[in-house]
Amino acid sequence: MRTNDMNQKVVHGILLLMSAASLFPFVLLFMASFTSEQAIVTKGYSLWPSEFSMEAYVYLWNQVGAVSRAYGITVLVTVVGTAAGLLISALLAYPLSRRELPFRSVLAFIVFFTLLFNGGLVPTYLIYTELFHMKNTLMALMIPGLLTNGFFILLIRSFFMTSIPVPIIESAYIDGASEFKIFYSIVMPLSLPILATIGLMLSIGYWNDWFNGLVYLTEPKLYSIQNLLNRMLSNIQFLQQNNLGGNASQASASIPMNSVRMAMAVIGIIPMLCVYPFFQKYFVKGLTIGAVKG
Amino acid sequence: MKESSRSDIFKRIKRYRALLLMLVPGLAYLFINNYLPMFGVVIAFKDLDFANRGLLSLVFNSDWVGLKNFEYLFKTNDAWVITRNTLFYNAAFIVINTVVAIGLAILLNEVRNKLAGRFYQSLVLLPYLISMVIVGYLVLSLLNVENGFMNKTILPMFGIDSISWYNESKYWPYILTIVNLWKNIGYLCIIYLASIIGIDHEYYEAATIDGASKWQQIRNITVPLIMPTIIVLTLLAIGRIFYSDFGLFYQVPLNSGPLQPTTDVIDTYVYRGLMTLADYGMSSAAGLYQALVGFILVLFSNYMVARKDRDRALF
Repeated sequence: MRTNDMNQKVVHGILLLMSAASLFPFVLLFMASFTSEQAIVTKGYSLWPSEFSMEAYVYLWNQVGAVSRAYGITVLVTVVGTAAGLLISALLAYPLSRRELPFRSVLAFIVFFTLLFNGGLVPTYLIYTELFHMKNTLMALMIPGLLTNGFFILLIRSFFMTSIPVPIIESAYIDGASEFKIFYSIVMPLSLPILATIGLMLSIGYWNDWFNGLVYLTEPKLYSIQNLLNRMLSNIQFLQQNNLGGNASQASASIPMNSVRMAMAVIGIIPMLCVYPFFQKYFVKGLTIGAVKG
Repeated sequence: MKESSRSDIFKRIKRYRALLLMLVPGLAYLFINNYLPMFGVVIAFKDLDFANRGLLSLVFNSDWVGLKNFEYLFKTNDAWVITRNTLFYNAAFIVINTVVAIGLAILLNEVRNKLAGRFYQSLVLLPYLISMVIVGYLVLSLLNVENGFMNKTILPMFGIDSISWYNESKYWPYILTIVNLWKNIGYLCIIYLASIIGIDHEYYEAATIDGASKWQQIRNITVPLIMPTIIVLTLLAIGRIFYSDFGLFYQVPLNSGPLQPTTDVIDTYVYRGLMTLADYGMSSAAGLYQALVGFILVLFSNYMVARKDRDRALF
């Protein structure tokens, strides 16, 4: 029994304050999205609207085609990108974890060096646009973030090295299993914890990515939800001007601009908030293993 | 194992050819995504002429201009401003975030009600989970000139006139520091909390028996025992001090021109040079400047980490 604990009231007081500060902007955003345009003009965004209204959501409902299209692209890019990234990372990490691999240290250095030095944005941009012609393709949203610069590969490799007993691999080989068979029927199933963690980090990265769309996309039809949000931050009439499958006949004068902007952001946050409680544990794990090695 | 003869190597390649095959997709990707751009840094010494079609012809047939791109970059005030901003912001972030994160982690560790502890942790970590675009919206709801919470609710309470936040560069060092703290504190706090939880309870029990106050315990047990973590994380952050969080400096100030004196960092400068001005020479020169200094800093910080704690070092 510890007798010298801090005053629990003080501890909870400070932590409640910090939690409130973390949450406050979200509450403000949420409330603002339900405020009538008139109330926003007179009183500004506030924590308790003087006049509630659903007009922002009604407007966005008329644009539901555009919003769901962007969500569809986000989901597609996240699923395909995460699956491909995870598979390629594991395929690269596994041989590097085997001590018998020929040229092991040279190959490991090739992966590792990508953490130290990079060519920068301009050469990368030119290679993807001029050599691979990825400008305005969905590939541009998936490819540049695929392996996140070799960092996850090192994490997966160290898991393979510490958690998969070499005798199991050796005996499977003696029993006649091919290297590929060993990889997918022994190594992969034994590595589900690390694969789940890395997969989660990769998918959060894809879900939240707006940078690749900003650099490689000029075609609004290919925008992910983050790219759409990005454009609407500076131009609230973006949805209408581009006729992305919504109701274009809405007069621009009737747009409840100030609340629509906030409602759009709410729609962008909701899915993440809904699943957060379920993956929080794994997310925390992903963050801490990442920090131990870098 | 010793490979003395050439045929030995071939035997091993043959024996492990399946493993070597597995490496191919990943290595091919790294070649395209990481190594080709490394060779691409030569364009910092070129004057790209887009009359040449195709990347190879573009790079090879454009004229060499030596260090001219760098000359332009460093002759203007720009290089100094973006370097200063990058370094000062990152230095402030490192100090402030570390101090607050450790304080918060110590407090979280004191919470006896596990459910409450988990609740606080979830909320503090929440901002780390969302994209910088969303953060741009959240900050806008606070700082919007006509409708923002600051101008409409907070400032009137103190009888202060509305401030045109997105036009006044002098406030932004504070705003960006707060936003950065708000977004990243949960992450850092969790790292330090993991380190504090690992401390052996016997130290505290012994200290309590000896009559040490809570404050003395924190100062003489907790902080010294998590010091290796603090040093390693700080050194790693110093290794990245030439790189900044592009999203923070691009999305949060809404790419506003008047704010550039205090919000422009190397990453936003390179981006703007490429996408807005299409000044490839200047932009790639700034990028190479960042990559080279960044490389030296990473080597330096890793050397220091390795001296401190071999296992934490990258190499």
